[in-house]
Amino acid sequence: MSNTIKREPTKLVPVPSRNKIPERDADKHPIMECRHLGIDFGGLTAVNDLDLAIGRTEIAGLIGPNGAGKTTVFNLLTKVYQPTRGTILLDGVDTHNMNTTQVNMAGIARTFQNIRLFSNLSVEDNVKLGLHNHIKYGMWQGIFRLPGYWKEEKKAHERALELLSIFDMQDLADAKAGSLPYGAQRRLEIVRALATEPKLLLLDEPAAGMNPSETAELMENIVKIRDTFNIAVLLIEHDMSLVMNICEGICVLDFGQTIAKGTPEEIQNNPEVIKAYLGGRKE
Amino acid sequence: MKNNRKLRLTKTSRTNFLTYLMVIVAFVVLNSMSNAGMLKSALQGQLVPICAYVTMALALNLTVGVLGELSLGHAGFMSVGAFAGAVAASAMRDAVAAEPVRLAIALVIGAAFAALAGVLVGIPVLRLNGDYLAIVTLAFGEIIKSIINNLYIGVDARGLHASFVQNTIALGDGGRMILSGPMGIPGVTKISTFTAGFILIMVTLVVIFNLVNSRSGRAIMALRDNRIAAESVGINVTKYKMMAFVTSAALAGAAGALFALGQNTIIASKFDFNQSILILVFVVLGGQGRMWGSIIAAAALTVLPELLREFADYRMLVYAIVLILVMLLTNNPTLKGFFEGLAAKVKKSEKGA
Amino acid sequence: MTFLSHLINGISLGSVYAIIALGYTMVYGIAKMLNFAHGDVIMVGAYICFFAVATYGLPPIVGVLLAMVVCTALGMLIERLAYKPLRQAPSLAVLITAIGVSYFLQNGAQLLWSANNKMFPNFLNFGGKTGLSLFDGQLTISWTAIVTVVACVVIMIALTLFTGKTRIGKAMRACSEDKGAAELMGINVNTTISVTFAIGSALAAIAGVLLCSAYPILVPTTGSMPGIKAFTAAVFGGIGSIPGALLGGVLLGVIEIFAKAYISTQLSDAIVFAVLIIVLLVKPTGLLGKQIREKV
Repeated sequence: MSNTIKREPTKLVPVPSRNKIPERDADKHPIMECRHLGIDFGGLTAVNDLDLAIGRTEIAGLIGPNGAGKTTVFNLLTKVYQPTRGTILLDGVDTHNMNTTQVNMAGIARTFQNIRLFSNLSVEDNVKLGLHNHIKYGMWQGIFRLPGYWKEEKKAHERALELLSIFDMQDLADAKAGSLPYGAQRRLEIVRALATEPKLLLLDEPAAGMNPSETAELMENIVKIRDTFNIAVLLIEHDMSLVMNICEGICVLDFGQTIAKGTPEEIQNNPEVIKAYLGGRKE
Repeated sequence: MKNNRKLRLTKTSRTNFLTYLMVIVAFVVLNSMSNAGMLKSALQGQLVPICAYVTMALALNLTVGVLGELSLGHAGFMSVGAFAGAVAASAMRDAVAAEPVRLAIALVIGAAFAALAGVLVGIPVLRLNGDYLAIVTLAFGEIIKSIINNLYIGVDARGLHASFVQNTIALGDGGRMILSGPMGIPGVTKISTFTAGFILIMVTLVVIFNLVNSRSGRAIMALRDNRIAAESVGINVTKYKMMAFVTSAALAGAAGALFALGQNTIIASKFDFNQSILILVFVVLGGQGRMWGSIIAAAALTVLPELLREFADYRMLVYAIVLILVMLLTNNPTLKGFFEGLAAKVKKSEKGA
Repeated sequence: MTFLSHLINGISLGSVYAIIALGYTMVYGIAKMLNFAHGDVIMVGAYICFFAVATYGLPPIVGVLLAMVVCTALGMLIERLAYKPLRQAPSLAVLITAIGVSYFLQNGAQLLWSANNKMFPNFLNFGGKTGLSLFDGQLTISWTAIVTVVACVVIMIALTLFTGKTRIGKAMRACSEDKGAAELMGINVNTTISVTFAIGSALAAIAGVLLCSAYPILVPTTGSMPGIKAFTAAVFGGIGSIPGALLGGVLLGVIEIFAKAYISTQLSDAIVFAVLIIVLLVKPTGLLGKQIREKV
């Protein structure tokens, strides 16, 4: 594989539930832990009995064939869908009664498989919307242009450019988000999500539509983001070079069921996983 | 990069600045013409309604263009403002002698009542989306009309009295009815002036522009562009929908009060579904989210029927066709592409020349 | 007895709403748009029938058939010219266009046929009696009411069979589930939508005649209020559902007549709309509707 990041393999250790997280995070409870999570759409069980724990600084992967229920898991974690069964603990807090907005404020930010930017607004405004809950002034201060407005807007502007510089996008700040090329839109979504200051970042196919060199750069950036912001990342990805290179723990879904969990090495050698990906010809 | 930023700032604020300028120039010109007696009497009488409709169009544009939800009941808020303002002005007739002060208080009261109605309507309505929201605002517009049509208010030495459906008010000595159900308010003292209308438009513009270019305005536009993404970055959907909707209702209420206090009589049936559609035509024709467009469309379409009386029969038919054509031209990919291509060619040839 | 009489009037009015609601519900189910102009197609149907019968002296049944033909053509024309170009457009744009079409029809009718009231003739007059007398004349059920209810039931059964058994009916259901998938299965989505508009508009013509038989004052805005109420009925019953349209229509008709009789005539419309608002809040999918999940 050409785009490889050199790193020591992470050792996974068990947490009290049926999951494992990186050893370095083991002294604290996982940032996110779900137990027996499941959802039914009518009669169809889209996700069933999912147990997953993510360490506070872990980069974890969620993989599986098309239609395995990966994006549904993201929608459950962010409460776009309400789970039929099971619990989600975010930093030890049950998200049972929260909606999408509250889950974000509690610390989960995400990107979308089919990009969802505020496409009529500028790149900078998209990032500022990520900063929304960290900008402290109200409607009246805005309407009357009181000092709070100027102070906070200036701060937000600087912070937005700083965040955009992660992907070297500060020069695009004034462009309309919808007019950006595909790859830049994906990166902007990540910046916008980061701006909300999450503890856990969910990336839904971040490398989709990117060429190998862009993917390699993205990989480095994901690791960089984890290291600078000191957060956990859970990503869905079909690009196995990316997943196997940067993910420490991997969970494999097929038809909504968890068929394997473990380190990249364990997953690569797991016969169930090979069967799910290649079809069940061999026993 | 610094340069870039400056450029954009000037671009947004340039449009806003030109909009303010346009309103001021129009006011100065019309006002001096009016003072010099150069305006046709038909137009003279339209000055206050023009201001009211411009404000209405701006208010509705906040809901349709900025928030991206269709309200088919904005005439209802205008009605609430009109009646609250007119009743207040009438009740204050003796207490507040100075007309401008009375007018200002009446506008604020009209806006406040309309905002209250906006909150009451908004709580149930804003939980819905798209077509459902539109049809429920329509329903609320009709309900508001029915309520005012059945409302009786009188004033005497003891204060205000009100009754519903049947007029059961027994007024004391020297008392008078202000609002009598379907008859509306028959004797409005005209205190609205063109200057007051101009000030109202300017205030409306300041509120809308400053709201849109602030944290709250960004959140409102984010809801319009992508609700799920907005939720995912922690934006409180109900709060910001409500903020836009209630602000819009309050401005509509002020416009209603201004309108009512420039008329001899007002009746609730005036503010019906057709009125809501008329204002929607202003917004659509002027461009959704484009405030200067709303101003021009509202002013032009309020004046034109007065000037072209012989075409009165065709007016609504033409509005209908305009509504359909504007939608087709701006939303059909083939037609839109064709016109954008044409515009690009024109620009190119201009640059070349 | 008055209660029974109000109930029958309510069911009869509700049946008209139900037939109109079918047009909304089928179009909404397939094209995912609120065809605001549907109510005005009703008005056109009523005018056509009125002129055929009252001016040209044609037999009522020919008048009804003629109205159906004209409305079918009109519905398909509207779809082709105004709605089809906006298949991919945001729903706000489509709704505004539909409002424009509604306005166009109303004002066009006003120019063509003037805003003056036209008294719609009563066709149903057997042996000099306009209704069926029961309980020694204490209760009279008008023939119009009976025909309306029967027509409504027949239409419901026919439509249920149509969508369940025929090829084009199944194509309609497939399109309402998933247009893309239906297209991949070789279903012509455009034709299917066109057929839906045709059926809805033909039903609107029938509804127009029935409505004006019961409430004989015909003006260019005759269709708009019943149209909005029928949409309310469609939402009430669960949009997209044929039995839902029947249930919603009948319930709404009964509520309206009872509100008029027992609460206040002036407030009856407000009460009907209040019902709509309450339904949408408590059960946004209506009584028999399916839940629709937004794909993320």
